[in-house]
Amino acid sequence: MAIGLEHYLTVAAIMFVTGVFGIFLNRKNVIIILMSIELMLLAININLVAFSSYLGDLTGQVFALFILTVAAAEAAIGLAILVCFFRNRGSIAVEDINMMKG
Amino acid sequence: MTAAEVLPVLAFYLFSGVAVTSGLMVVVARNPVRSVLWLILAFFSAAGLFVLLGAEFLAMLLLIVYVGAVMVLFLFVVMMLDVDFAELRQGMSEYLPLGATIGLVLLVQILFGVGAWFASESAPTLRVQPAPSDVQNTAALGNVLYDDYAYLFQASGLILLVAMIGAIVLTLREREGVKKQSIVGQMHRTREESIAVVDVKPGQGIN
Repeated sequence: MAIGLEHYLTVAAIMFVTGVFGIFLNRKNVIIILMSIELMLLAININLVAFSSYLGDLTGQVFALFILTVAAAEAAIGLAILVCFFRNRGSIAVEDINMMKG
Repeated sequence: MTAAEVLPVLAFYLFSGVAVTSGLMVVVARNPVRSVLWLILAFFSAAGLFVLLGAEFLAMLLLIVYVGAVMVLFLFVVMMLDVDFAELRQGMSEYLPLGATIGLVLLVQILFGVGAWFASESAPTLRVQPAPSDVQNTAALGNVLYDDYAYLFQASGLILLVAMIGAIVLTLREREGVKKQSIVGQMHRTREESIAVVDVKPGQGIN
């Protein structure tokens, strides 16, 4: 009954798939898509930390730290683009984002 | 079984159950504000899982950086944007079968991969940074981070700086009709353009 590495990997897999599912389900809403990406990154972090803990190697946690950094930067830039876009177009629907199509 | 054996198992199932459930609620919640709140709960549970795994520093980082900063940012943006979210939700049932199928296939594939995986016997000898047993997690991580990954650490700081400047540049705007202090204008005022001597006749005043 002891909790092994597979348990953590399964939880992370379910959360990652939930993120993918969220992107499909909310194809019109950029905010929810960004949140789904955060969910997927969290699942990856759980994977890295679980491997790091069970193999006794600290590198996984260092990688998780860097992923956290990049995810924070991504969220800030993504939300800034979103605010900028909303100011210009008055909408955040994904199908309206086609100004660069030419 | 003793309580010391049962408690970690119970904690694992509690945290992972809450994490998975709230993750699902993030994508199906009707209101984006609620989505953000569910996501905060998911991050809290993931931090609990990190503590169970012995990664205390990352757990606290997740709480402080993610719940404290990024999620609050999400909350602000969701509340600031005046969007008709009901309209954005239309056609959700249309995408449901495709999304569920792809998600299920992906999950089964990943679980097959996890099920077939096992640690090699030489894995303990291949460790890059063996976790020391006599040092706390935070101190051990700090030793590794500031010694072997110092350049990457600086680079991640640069990434955050670029993100910060980028976010400010994207959202800063010069608005018309806003009265602002012009320091240069103030400093270049001269006495001639600021003061006028008016000869006021008695009993008339200035018109």
